[in-house]
Amino acid sequence: MSLMDQFKSGLARSRDGFIGRLGGLFSGGDIDQEFYDELEEILVSGDVGVQTSIKLVERLQDEIKGRKIKEREEAKNLLLELIVQIMGSAEITNEPDQKPYVILLVGVNGSGKTTSAAKLASLYKRSGKEVLLIAGDTYRAAAIEQLEIWSERTGVDLMKSQAGSDPSALFFDAMNAAKARNVDVVIGDTAGRLHSRYNLMEELNKIYRVIGRNIDEAPHRVLLVVDATTGQNAVAQAKKFNQSVPIDGLILTKLDGTARGGIVINIQDELDIPVSYVGTGEKLEDLAPFDPEYFARALLEI
Amino acid sequence: MFSNLAEKLQDTFRRLKGKGKLSEKDVDAAMREIRLALLEADVNFKVVKEFVNSIRERAVGQEVMGSLTPGQQVVKIVNEEMTGLMGAEQSKLARGEKGPAKVMIVGLQGSGKTTTAVKLASYLRRDGRNPFLVAADIYRPGAVKQLEVLSSSIGEKYYSNLENDPVNICKEGLKAAERENADVVIFDTAGRLHIDNEMMSEISTIKDEIKPEEVLLVVDAMTGQDAVNAAASFNEALGLSGVILTKLDGDTRGGAALSVRKVTGCPIKFIGVGEKVEALEPFYPDRMASRILGMGDVLSLIEKAEATLDQDKAKEMEKKLRQQQFTLEDFRDQMGQLRSMGSLDDILNMLPSGGNIPKEIKQMSLNEKSLIKIEAIIGSMTREERTNPSILNSSRRRRIAQGSGTTVQDVNRLLNQFNQMQKMFKQMNMSGKKGMGKKMKKLKNRFPF
Repeated sequence: MSLMDQFKSGLARSRDGFIGRLGGLFSGGDIDQEFYDELEEILVSGDVGVQTSIKLVERLQDEIKGRKIKEREEAKNLLLELIVQIMGSAEITNEPDQKPYVILLVGVNGSGKTTSAAKLASLYKRSGKEVLLIAGDTYRAAAIEQLEIWSERTGVDLMKSQAGSDPSALFFDAMNAAKARNVDVVIGDTAGRLHSRYNLMEELNKIYRVIGRNIDEAPHRVLLVVDATTGQNAVAQAKKFNQSVPIDGLILTKLDGTARGGIVINIQDELDIPVSYVGTGEKLEDLAPFDPEYFARALLEI
Repeated sequence: MFSNLAEKLQDTFRRLKGKGKLSEKDVDAAMREIRLALLEADVNFKVVKEFVNSIRERAVGQEVMGSLTPGQQVVKIVNEEMTGLMGAEQSKLARGEKGPAKVMIVGLQGSGKTTTAVKLASYLRRDGRNPFLVAADIYRPGAVKQLEVLSSSIGEKYYSNLENDPVNICKEGLKAAERENADVVIFDTAGRLHIDNEMMSEISTIKDEIKPEEVLLVVDAMTGQDAVNAAASFNEALGLSGVILTKLDGDTRGGAALSVRKVTGCPIKFIGVGEKVEALEPFYPDRMASRILGMGDVLSLIEKAEATLDQDKAKEMEKKLRQQQFTLEDFRDQMGQLRSMGSLDDILNMLPSGGNIPKEIKQMSLNEKSLIKIEAIIGSMTREERTNPSILNSSRRRRIAQGSGTTVQDVNRLLNQFNQMQKMFKQMNMSGKKGMGKKMKKLKNRFPF
């Protein structure tokens, strides 16, 4: 199955959600206030956020007036375009351009960092890269074991340290090991932390600095892992994490549920942080590059 | 939690109360504001719609328009509806009729089930019960190990078996619990998507086999609109008895709590408020409703203070305050104790009408970063300087600023605040002597802010 198909099959399930099934909205009828209200509701129910939803609908209204559009079908395509425009503005490359190419995964508790690290390792491994995983979550009980099991399943090397030890020290050693072993891609897992915890965010910044001290310009990518079921709080997460370590992209996980992850529109719009990958299941292969158009279709339920 | 929502609602209330006459337009405007506030807090849009509609219906009716104080009437209606939405009384865990009570923990992936299961065991132990844990999540790598490590760390017994299937693990686990004479068994099940038919039927089989007294859904407080979908599906498949809301220690607005409560009709029984094993608290809906509506939650505050603060120290402090010997050293001590109670924002939100506390005070004492600064400044003083701040001349202040990595302005600001506080105590001592409730008196002494 191609990556795109996976992305679609994962999202297809989300689209069967029983709340907000408004597929008929775009099929016929006039463009009236009721149409706009329902549109706003679809966006809000997809976690786009009420302010952004209103903004989007207003922009659509202007465009519709400007282009003298009468059909709902055309209006639909216009909104699709608007969202794709916002979400697809950044050029996303997932190809490593340095060696070793260091990727750091960060995020709040339970967003899916460890699983995403394993999936990402598997993705690079399948494309023929030499990968090294770092079990940087030394805090949560058995997080190291969790990644250890994944590393066995993917056949990717793992660097780990004692539970409860300082993650920065582990990352320092891991960078040396990566250079010595001549690996292509290094993927670092970190402990989940709430963005409102000042000390934990400082710890993260320290990890970031330690990596950079050992390998120039590393980490080359910092990805924030965001659970697609998250509501408006995801914007606060992105903001605070971005203050601690510069975030290059998002991994939007758990898109195989009924949540549509509309909050990433705000994050892209406000902070200019694009979505890099989406997680669509529990298997190692269930990670795909982000497709703005497919995302927009799923969000609008069309 | 909820502080943002509370602020917005209280703004709306203030505007309404100021009006002598209320037109339908005024009501509409207020309803729009309430709708926005709730949506921004992630309350599900259908729940919001119903909520706003029922308020509007009552608000434009005779009940309000005919009254002399229509604004206040609307506020009263919102209060009633909100309290109705949150539920009234705190609901306790059911006990087993014969044998141990069985508690099943269910939920989506990453909501915090395993951590919550162990926190619940720790809570029940402190409550005088004898809990036992069963590790039934054999799907997520390392999940069983996580439960084993966490349980052992607090000395709780558990059953685990990686070779068996979840249904049998639960059955065996129950037997093991009975052998151990446990009076409550907590089953930690695997995270699953509510639309995964296979996994959902597995969990209803487990339920049929062990016949639990409690099926608790664990919900991440940061969940958005989708919270209702998951909650409704789990409720349909299993018949939930309650909800545990996790990760409330963040800056989430927690609207999911209202949504989940509305779609399932189940009470929220516990909330998770931190990473430590002890960080699980019973949930009091009435108190939370009054917190949202700005009426404060003094009861929780007193309980929290009594649970965390050192009683002897508090008495000593009270004496010091009375004799006006409160020093910077005591100030630092108190701050440490305060911080061990949780974030200062949380504490302030429990005070009656968060709206009445001037913004300046909030900003002064609430920024955690500035607290760290204050601690550093006091830490850089000599003992003599701490007990007698009046000797702090400019060269001493410079040295302190340098030592604590702050500026002389920071040091001056702190000293000013400290002076203000001492003045406040003096006044409090005088007014405190006449009829204030005993608890309140204690409380005031403990919280100079």
